[in-house]
Order: sequence, then structure tokens, then C-alpha cells
Amino acid sequence: MPRRWITTVRPALLGLVGLLAAACTTDADVAPAWEVPGTGTPANFPAPVYAASQNPPTREAFELGRTLFYDPLLSRTGDISCGSCHQQFVAFAHQDHRLSHGVDNLLGTRNAPALQNLRWRSEFLWDGGAKNLETMPLAPLTSPVEMDETLENVLRKLNAAPRYVDQFEQVYGRRPIDSQQLLRALAQFTASLTSSNSRYDHYARHEAGGTLAANELRGLEILRQKCSPCHAGELFTDETYRNNGLDRTFAADSGRAHITGRPQDVGRFQVPSLRNVALTAPYMHDGRLQTLRQVLDHYSDGMVESGTLDAQFRRAGRGPGITLSETEKTDLLAFLHTLTDPTFIQDQRLAEGR
Amino acid sequence: MKTRFFSRFSLPLLAASTLLASCNKNDSAPEPGSLAIEIDHLVGNTPLKLNTGTYTNGLGQPFTVSTFNYYLSNIKLGKADGTEYAEPESYRLIKESDTSTKTFTLENVPAGDYTSLSFTIGVDSARNVAGAQTGALDPTNGMFWSWNSGYIYTKLEGSSPAAGGNQQLLFHIGGFKSPNNTIRIASPSLNGAVLQVRKDRTPAVHLAADVQKMFTGPHVIDFSKLSNTMGGSNSVLVADNQAVGMFRVDHVHAN
Repeated sequence: MPRRWITTVRPALLGLVGLLAAACTTDADVAPAWEVPGTGTPANFPAPVYAASQNPPTREAFELGRTLFYDPLLSRTGDISCGSCHQQFVAFAHQDHRLSHGVDNLLGTRNAPALQNLRWRSEFLWDGGAKNLETMPLAPLTSPVEMDETLENVLRKLNAAPRYVDQFEQVYGRRPIDSQQLLRALAQFTASLTSSNSRYDHYARHEAGGTLAANELRGLEILRQKCSPCHAGELFTDETYRNNGLDRTFAADSGRAHITGRPQDVGRFQVPSLRNVALTAPYMHDGRLQTLRQVLDHYSDGMVESGTLDAQFRRAGRGPGITLSETEKTDLLAFLHTLTDPTFIQDQRLAEGR
Repeated sequence: MKTRFFSRFSLPLLAASTLLASCNKNDSAPEPGSLAIEIDHLVGNTPLKLNTGTYTNGLGQPFTVSTFNYYLSNIKLGKADGTEYAEPESYRLIKESDTSTKTFTLENVPAGDYTSLSFTIGVDSARNVAGAQTGALDPTNGMFWSWNSGYIYTKLEGSSPAAGGNQQLLFHIGGFKSPNNTIRIASPSLNGAVLQVRKDRTPAVHLAADVQKMFTGPHVIDFSKLSNTMGGSNSVLVADNQAVGMFRVDHVHAN
């Protein structure tokens, strides 16, 4: 009975209930049928890359992963957690931060991306260097300008914390905690971050509440015409690596070439999803653009030439870019806001433990 | 029919049938045996000694070695008739610093006469992109790149006065994507020896892995030009060298 109720109730209510309930009881007391989020495939999504069967979600493992995600113990200095740079209320991006902030106030070199629909991704990070959801956290964990920790030391710290040793043993049936347990527990949480309840999604699935206004529909049409094939499909990315004309040279960050070593990949970065894009400012791999309006202006008139500039942006008789009228920009902006998923950012199951 | 028979009758009968089976060769495959492998690390003809030993590469440039680790995976044993036994879950991290890793045994090898041996130097591409692994493939072994995820197949570190800057040698060989795939298969000749694997017989193959062969072969490595590689085209040069001559079968004990 409670399970039915929870899955059909409107998202805002769920958040409210969660908050109210939190005041005096634990999760388990409030909602015994509380399910791990993000285990299924939304009707308008393709098949996932990281199927639930690869790491079958259980509430215990998911909660352990969530605890780890929000635990600053994972950093060398004990004050930076995954959640420090990936905040739920902005779709697990980092609000107002151009670049990631790591230990000792060190600045990273790239903008912390939104974490959403990771089950559908085969390559991670702006340059695609991480190739599996389970091993991806090793990059921020060991980056000297992010968490600056070693995997061995994280395991030492976890194994020295009786609470973790018990919790891991409960989930994996053995001790001590090893790296596979740690990474798979984290993946239980990161794989659960499915954002599929924006107004656009309701529209795409012909569900109640799925009405788009005329300008939003025009915006969708423009997006499908002019922003494809890069921001294609229901995930609004084709996961390719492209140079979108930000700079003439890429001395500071060669992007995809950092991984492949190929000169043709210099200045290419992975096309990000547009889901929740209205929440995830600032934009671009280095967070240089503050607003979506600036992003559109960049695409229409701000691009610069370089050797690896993507062919999609070539225009006959003028500089590179996407030709967009003022009205088209307004319509596009209207549509982009329909990709915001309030359920996702308010889902108490994804929030830091209380 | 047979299972029915077994389930209905009691132990004495079972025992009797086992006795019978041992006379009837066609009834079941012979019991499996095992194969021992022992690896010696050399530099040329000299046993490798970490930190203290000084060696020279093909160009006469002196060097020392502080770390020598590599993956030896997907071991296959071939018979004269062309059939092959592939060891399942065949991943081992061999480390000069840990003697116990240099001797190991393949268990449950089907009995037979094996005339060839091959293995991967490195880790197959599937495991490079698989999820979190344990055992030899556990990332805590320090053989996994986090920023460009995948395994370091061979890690050789040391120093050479010929190398520029801090004189460090840092050869981290890895990568599985074309054109910088460094996965290599080695098939060192058994030199005519036959590995007779039987239930009560564990032949032993003594392999020699020659560090120097990383720097000689198809590509002569000049430390003044290449002393630091972590994947990429320079790693391919070293991998090509490794494939050609790093491993040889020193001798085989029939046991």
C-alpha cells in the first residue's frame, strides 16, 4: 500500500513528506517500501549501458553508496566529498563554480559536470578518460587537485571505521572492505541518478503534465534541427568529442587528445547532455560561460577557428557557428527549461543522509 | 539412465561402479592435473636485482631498475592436434619485488600432452573497461590508470644517467585502443619439450623474462630520447620489443 502511494504521488509532495518525516523518524520507519531510485529504464530512454543486473540494486548497498558519496573521509584532507562538487539541487553539478574545488582550496582544471543518467554512459569525464561507471570515481579520488587521496588509504580509513566495516559486511558478507566493494557500493548510488521526469519527458511519454507551450515546442524543433547530431536523442548527447570553437589553441587543456594522443582530438570535449541544463551553470568544460543566453550567443556569433573545429559549425560565406535568430534563441531557451527535472533534484532518497 | 541408477542404489554399488570406471577408458575423461610455472627475471644474462644491479641497454647506456611488474594473462596450452586449453580467469600480476608471484601453478588443467604455451603480456581489452576488479586486477595494486582508465601492463621504473632531467626511467606500458594498443601475446617456444599433464604429474616450465629485451629488438630504445612513457605511441615501441623477445622458455621439468 505505501509503495503504491509513493510511486504515484507528485514529486514535490514526496520531497515534502521526506522532509517532514525526517524530523522524527528514520527512512525505514517512514517508508518501509522505499525503493532504490533509478533502477528501471524510462519508456523514452534507450537501453542502459550499465544495466541494473550488473550491480543489482539493494537498499542496503544503495544507502552505503550514498553515505560514501557524501563522506569527506574519501579525501586526503577529510573535508571534500563527492557531494562537495556534485550538489543535488543543481543536478549534481557545482553551482557557481567555474572549476572544481579540491583539497586545500586547490582549483581543478575543469567544470564539475552534472551527474545524471550515468547508467546510459559508456565514457565519463570531459575527455572520456574513464570508461566504466565503477572505476570512474578513481579519477577524482586520486586527482591531486580534487580529493588527492589514494585508494589504499581510503580503504585503510574505511576499515578503521567500525560503522563502515559493519555496513560493508552486511552488504557484501565479508570483511575487510576491499576496493571492489567500495567502487561497487559507490556505483549503486551513482547509477541511481536517473533524471527522467522533466516536463519534456512527460511530453515525450504522453503523460499527464506533459504539455509544452507553443514557444517551447518551437524551441524543441529548432534544437532537433540545429543542435543535432551533437545533442541528439532522449539523452540530448551523442557522447562524441567535439571542438565547439571556444579557443584558437588548447595549450591549457587538450581535451580528448589528452586521452588518445591524437592531434585531431586536440580541443575536443565530450558533448554534455542538455538535461537539467538550466540548473547547471556555469557552462563549457572550463565553466567560462555564465548563462544559457551566453552559450547560445557563443554558438551563433562567438566561435573562433582552429584546426580541429567541428565540421558541424562550418557556414558558407561566414565564420563558424550555428545560425540562430533572436526569436529562435528565445524559443530554444524556453525549451531548455522544460528539461529541468524537479523530481530528481528533490528526491530525498538521493539527498545527504540526515 | 545412469543418474537414475545412481540415485536408487547405495554406496557400495557406487564404489563398485567407480572401480569399474577406472577400467573403462571411454567412460569419462582422465582426471585433470596441474602445471607449474616459474619465472626468472634477467637483464641480459644477469639476474635482475632491484636498485643495486647496474645494467646497460642495447646502446650501452647504464641503468638501474627499482620496479619491475607486469601482467601475465590468459595462459593457453596447445596440443599437437591444434586443440587448446585456456585457463579461465587467468590474470596474474608478476612482481620482481614479490618472489611468491614469480612461481605459480595452473590447477585443473585437463590431462594431455601440451606442445605449446602462450599468454598475454598485459590485460585483455574487455577487462580494461570492465567494472571494479579484485585479485591481480585490483586497482590497489598500483597497475591501473585512473585518469585514462585501463591497466598498466608493464611497469618498469629505475634510473639512467643517459635519461634527461632527473635521470628517471618511467616505462608504464599500457593502452588497448588502436593505434596505441600495447596488448601483446607471447608464445615462447617449448623447444620441443612436451608438457605431459596428468593427475599425478605436474610438469614445470621455467620462463626467463629479460628486461633488456624491452629496449632492444625491432625498436632500439635510446634513454636520452625516451625515458618516460605512460601509454601512447612510445609505449607501443616497447610493447613490440616485449612481444618479440622478452620471454623465453629456459627449461622444462617433466616431473
